[in-house]
Amino acid sequence: MTHPAATPASSAGTAVPPALRLTDVTLRLGSDEQQVTALDRITLTVTPGEFLAVTGPSGSGKSSLLAVAGGLQTPTEGTIRVAGADLTTLTERQRTAHRRLHIGYVFQNANLLASLTALEQLLLPAHLAGRLDASARTRAGDLLEAVGMTHRADRRPHQLSGGERQRVGLARALVLSPEVLLVDEPTSALDRARARDVADLLAEQTRKNNTATVMVTHDTEILDAADRVLALRDGRLT
Amino acid sequence: MLLALRDLRFARGRFALIGAVVAMIAVLGVILSGLASGLADSGVSALRGLPATHLAFDKSASGELFSRSIVTKATWQRRAAQPGVRKAEPLGQQLVHAQLTGSRAKQLDLAVFGVEPEGFLAPSPTSGKPLSKSSANGVLISQDIVKEGVRVGDRLTVGQAGTPLTVVGTIGHASFGHVGAVYAPLSLWQKLHYGLPGKIPAAAAGQATAVALQLDSSADVSAIDKRLGTQTVDQAGAFAASPGYTAESSTMTLIRGFLYAISALVVGAFFTVWTIQRRQEIALLKAMGASTGYILRDALTQVTAVLLTATAAGTAIGLALGGAMNGSAPFSLQTGQVALAGTLLIVLGLAGAAVAVRRITKVQALTALGANR
Repeated sequence: MTHPAATPASSAGTAVPPALRLTDVTLRLGSDEQQVTALDRITLTVTPGEFLAVTGPSGSGKSSLLAVAGGLQTPTEGTIRVAGADLTTLTERQRTAHRRLHIGYVFQNANLLASLTALEQLLLPAHLAGRLDASARTRAGDLLEAVGMTHRADRRPHQLSGGERQRVGLARALVLSPEVLLVDEPTSALDRARARDVADLLAEQTRKNNTATVMVTHDTEILDAADRVLALRDGRLT
Repeated sequence: MLLALRDLRFARGRFALIGAVVAMIAVLGVILSGLASGLADSGVSALRGLPATHLAFDKSASGELFSRSIVTKATWQRRAAQPGVRKAEPLGQQLVHAQLTGSRAKQLDLAVFGVEPEGFLAPSPTSGKPLSKSSANGVLISQDIVKEGVRVGDRLTVGQAGTPLTVVGTIGHASFGHVGAVYAPLSLWQKLHYGLPGKIPAAAAGQATAVALQLDSSADVSAIDKRLGTQTVDQAGAFAASPGYTAESSTMTLIRGFLYAISALVVGAFFTVWTIQRRQEIALLKAMGASTGYILRDALTQVTAVLLTATAAGTAIGLALGGAMNGSAPFSLQTGQVALAGTLLIVLGLAGAAVAVRRITKVQALTALGANR
């Protein structure tokens, strides 16, 4: 079942193949007697360059949506296609490898590694992918500049503000030019001005890098930065 | 290994602490190895230097054979005639108290070995004269006795009988039961062993502790033992028959065993805590597409770097301390022993850490997401 609100309007009638497509995705958690339906028949497509915001109260299934979309969790039913591959048919190892190259995650509170400088955070995905070469370093430098963090390149997370950490987290997610960017509550620890900065930066980088971005948030103040907004309640998109 | 090395630099205080613990264990490992080698050397170096492949003791003796075995002249003579026996000579061994007479009077303990003066067991002196039948009371002393202040030409008296010994020459380092070795003609040793003044009885004049043998590989040792009523041991068996050797060796082995077991547990405990502290980072890495194998290799690289650096530092300190101890304790460093101590520490530390970092495989990438943290 395809929910009408989950399909983007095609601009000027041109059909752009989606970078992310969830079809009838259901996720049930827990044992038989205490089973909870975290996601209920979710169908969703996101095209390259599109910034989709998914909002909803705590427990509505926002994080579960990001988990299945990125292959961190296998849905009970349904299919998930990312950059041409159906994640539900891949092995754990294949999903990990696919995620490494095609999916970028921006985590709540940035989730940076304490021992790495801002620049090294950006080099890490390239290192994990075995692509830590001169072009990766150039790309990391360009992205740091794009998020306004060049002057803080040699600082570690504890030397950065919350907004700065989130900027570095965003740049890190984009360094391998993933087709899909999954963003988890990026403004939950930021004040209003910084939250607005981060949301605008997400919108800007989505267009610039042509990624299909899905941001889950309960912060209604930043929803206007997105191209499309969906609401999630009790595991269903409305 | 970007992360492993960055973590080492970032959390240098914590890694310095575990490194210091490993280094101290390495120091202790080197010192215990040196003491074990030194004690073994001090216990049996005289036996190690004997040009014999086997020793035949009295069959009825047990345990510390050197103090309990008596063989007779008939035994060593018949022994020499057995097939596969190239050489066979009597060897006497006795621990005695001696008195250095004259202006430098002092009391000494001596491990006296009685040998045929011109036989294959008689050592060549590094200074002075060799043992000879013509010099019935002439003895050769080891460097261990020289260090006590005894010189060529000195006279010593032994026991209640006051049996005189004259130092005619010196040999290199040789000790037995932690007592400096002295080589005497067998007839003199028999007097010392009898222990009473006056002429010794004929029976005592035909005795020795063991028969020292040089055997061919074709010699049927058990058949000869059965025929002659002896028990033949090789060099390792002779060491075990020395006073206190087995007890000392097993004590040192036990201490070292505990030390390495403790080191594996300490390293394992540290990396267990470290891995638990890193759970969130590990989940993040997995969410970013890092394979479990990569994260495990990274963690083990970190462990290896810590163990190698700390063990090298500890071993160097241990060697320096061992050098400083030289002479004040039975301490002898052997490259093989030191290398084995270091290798054991690294291997067991890695084993302990490997068990600890297995937790990495259980961390779920999912926990990197907000609602699951």
